[in-house]
Amino acid sequence: MWQAFRKEVFPKGLEVVTVGMDTLGFESCVPFIEAAQPEHPSLIDVNHVMAERFGVVNIPNGIWINEEGVIVRPAEPAYPPGGAAGRGALPDELPQRMKDIFTEAMKISNDRTLYAQALYDWVENGDKSRFVLSPDEVVNRSAQRDTSSARAAAHFALAQHLWNDGHRDAAIRHFRECHRLQPENISYKRQAWSLIAPPEAGPFTRFWQGPGDGAENDWPFESDWLSEIREMGPENYYPEFKP
Amino acid sequence: MISNSLTVSREEFATGTGWDMKPEGACLGEICVPVPGGLIDGAVNVSVVAEKLGMPIVHDEEAGLWGIGSATFAGHALSSATAPELELPDWKGNTFQLSSLRGKKVVVISWAPY
Repeated sequence: MWQAFRKEVFPKGLEVVTVGMDTLGFESCVPFIEAAQPEHPSLIDVNHVMAERFGVVNIPNGIWINEEGVIVRPAEPAYPPGGAAGRGALPDELPQRMKDIFTEAMKISNDRTLYAQALYDWVENGDKSRFVLSPDEVVNRSAQRDTSSARAAAHFALAQHLWNDGHRDAAIRHFRECHRLQPENISYKRQAWSLIAPPEAGPFTRFWQGPGDGAENDWPFESDWLSEIREMGPENYYPEFKP
Repeated sequence: MISNSLTVSREEFATGTGWDMKPEGACLGEICVPVPGGLIDGAVNVSVVAEKLGMPIVHDEEAGLWGIGSATFAGHALSSATAPELELPDWKGNTFQLSSLRGKKVVVISWAPY
């Protein structure tokens, strides 16, 4: 969907850069990228550098940068113009957990229309767009960075490295510490949850993100996607778009 | 970033953290923080720089690795509105630098296959 938008706006001076954030890297991202056949730069971020450098704490997420290399909107939920969240009926054959996950996901609030309007406004009006923020506002709206969240990034870096090096238990220890230190970083949680799945997850291995039926004690994390979204409320999953 | 040593090359530190060690100090975009003793014989003394920038260091003794966390001195993920450098491989394995798009508007979209 970003490819279609890019085709439309590239002649007007806007480039799209997509960044796949995944500890499993090329192996997991490339099939999706190949299917999209992007003409724009499409990058792989194994270490979640986007979190460390730009404060990305959930996906999908967008950052606007002007011609001079100045950020005019920091990381915030972002949706491709014309894209719509799925609202269809769920197939009967889906496992119950996946039905529950899709049901909660469909309740997530997001204002795709306003985000699209904002993007087009910026394409047309550049720095005169009403959606362009001052440098101070950009810094103030970027994610809070205290010792706890910075320490979480250090644990995450160790976790992803150890996971890819085959040290599962050590990686899980660092993931857990990372989640404890920065609970608001949903990407850090989803990343870890997506690496472990029970056999019944089948083709939904990366999306199951929680324990198998009756195997709750085997789940190594404090929470899981379904429990988390039910606790926070799907309406709070993404912050509201603030012009 | 992670490292098996607290003394790393300037390039490794810049790629891993975004902070480039220059004679005037640790620099990110338009911001430079003086760090006396941060650069010795062309190598970065990570402990000294990390303390100055408020970067926590986590040691995994068993793995023999250090995890170096993000800078906290600004209180926000962004220290200034100047976009930090981002160097990542593209899906074909070529190195890409965000700064190569200077002169165009850019929207950077993060996504994940999970």
